[in-house]
Amino acid sequence: MSNRNLTALSTIWIKECTRFLRIWVQTLVPPAITMSLYFVIFGKMIGSRITLEGDFSYMEFIVPGLIMMAIITNSYSNVSSSFFSAKFQRNVEELLVAPVPTWVVIMGFVGGGVARAAIIGVMVTGVSMFFVDIEIAHYGVLITTLLLTSVLFATAGLINGIFAKSFDDISIIPTFVLTPLTYLGGVFYSASMLESVFNDFWQGLIQVNPIFHMVNAFRYGFLGQADVNHISALGILVVANVILFAVAYRLLAKGTGIRA
Amino acid sequence: MKALDIKGLAKTYKGGVQALKGIDLSVDEGDFFALLGPNGAGKSTTIGIISSLVNKSEGSVAIFGHDLASDIVNAKSCIGLVPQEFNFNQFETLLQIVINQAGYYGVPRSIAKQRAEKYLKQLDLWEKRNDAARTLSGGMKRRLMIARALMHEPRMLILDEPTAGVDIEVRRSMWIFLKEINQQGITIILTTHYLEEAEMLCRNIAIIDKGRIVENTSMKALLATLNVETFVFDIAAGANQISIDNFECRASDDQTLEVDVPKASGLNPVFEELSKQNVQVMSMRNKSNRLEELFVRLVEANQAKGEADE
Repeated sequence: MSNRNLTALSTIWIKECTRFLRIWVQTLVPPAITMSLYFVIFGKMIGSRITLEGDFSYMEFIVPGLIMMAIITNSYSNVSSSFFSAKFQRNVEELLVAPVPTWVVIMGFVGGGVARAAIIGVMVTGVSMFFVDIEIAHYGVLITTLLLTSVLFATAGLINGIFAKSFDDISIIPTFVLTPLTYLGGVFYSASMLESVFNDFWQGLIQVNPIFHMVNAFRYGFLGQADVNHISALGILVVANVILFAVAYRLLAKGTGIRA
Repeated sequence: MKALDIKGLAKTYKGGVQALKGIDLSVDEGDFFALLGPNGAGKSTTIGIISSLVNKSEGSVAIFGHDLASDIVNAKSCIGLVPQEFNFNQFETLLQIVINQAGYYGVPRSIAKQRAEKYLKQLDLWEKRNDAARTLSGGMKRRLMIARALMHEPRMLILDEPTAGVDIEVRRSMWIFLKEINQQGITIILTTHYLEEAEMLCRNIAIIDKGRIVENTSMKALLATLNVETFVFDIAAGANQISIDNFECRASDDQTLEVDVPKASGLNPVFEELSKQNVQVMSMRNKSNRLEELFVRLVEANQAKGEADE
């Protein structure tokens, strides 16, 4: 990477981080509060009555899922709202007139989303330590899954921001797509619990939910056990990342939503 | 060397509107160039294409010899853009805005900080450097956009109506600043609706109307084509009764007389005649800026030509 591109990338990344840190009350505090409530209500109050297969409690089971849920929603919303705001205020033009390659723009914005997701991941992990003793089984799988997932959803948020024409447009996908997929992505239940609730069709549908695989890969990193093979889950993440990066690159290079 | 070389540039928007119909335009290095035209003539589209904010439909643009399509990085590095509308992040401080802009061009942070101090001081914004941009006045925001555009020290500065909505004092200080940086070698392309501004600052001019260049010449040559000027005389009384041989006169009211004066005649015969008629002249001024008169005539002629073609 040339010095010019490296400087441009670090500038965009610092600008993005400064943005979410400047409004930390809106960006960092709410996920910590929400996840604390999940731990108290689902983990302590309801979870104490649930028994799982394996040698861990329900609270230990949901910790990786809740961390992943926070990472997914925050990496996505950080980039979608930041990019749309840049379009709305027209300061995206600062980047368009400058000799910044498209891939640097993508990496800068996505890097901001990943940074916010990582900070929130650490915060939620910190909160969870008030409720359970955390022992991490596979650091490599854990960190790889965290990085690939946050990059994936940050890139998806960027694509949403590119297409968005109003502030409503950046809340539609999180509300109607991301939240249902996350809740049905095995955050609160294991595959063995599905059999009694869902028929084969719904069980099959849940298996094709990519978030189900991400949550389980992350859970494998934490607990050393999961409902899916972590290698295939990481494979899905890599392929999805390549596809979304290519889509974002094509859209930005073409000037979709940003150039007349 | 040509700072800007445009050939056959055309732009048709999605709805079918032809904003540019194959224009040719060139600007010499070091020039102070005015690009004028009525609203919707194609000025902003031209500037948008030069600065990569608008995709062209046809034609080519080269900046200091770097083709915008095939050598975009070097072409973009030569340009500093001051757009018509405020397009910085209103929540960032002035320092953040200008330092970030330098960063996008690959200027290291340590150098960017030095330049930020230099340009914010020159534009009288240094005291406000840690304030959020939204707290600035309109004139300060305009100056901030100029400082931001200079942060990577471009060879060519494009200013799209830089003094719109700015009070006369700030406008004049901006003129002085722009003249100074032009004298230092920066090529400047200016669009403005204040024609006295263009007349005062620019050496060469192009007038664009309905997507076509209708005039492209030096400011001197263009002004020389103005053969009749209208003067307004404020007189004590009786403007309605005055007539002067060989001069067309109109009374706006009893104390205001407008006289069309051919350049060849000069003003002496008018004063002689007014003295003969015992008219007491209180003051006198041009009815409008000379460039403004030419501009209106050229645009009207182009409109008449367009209607005749249809």
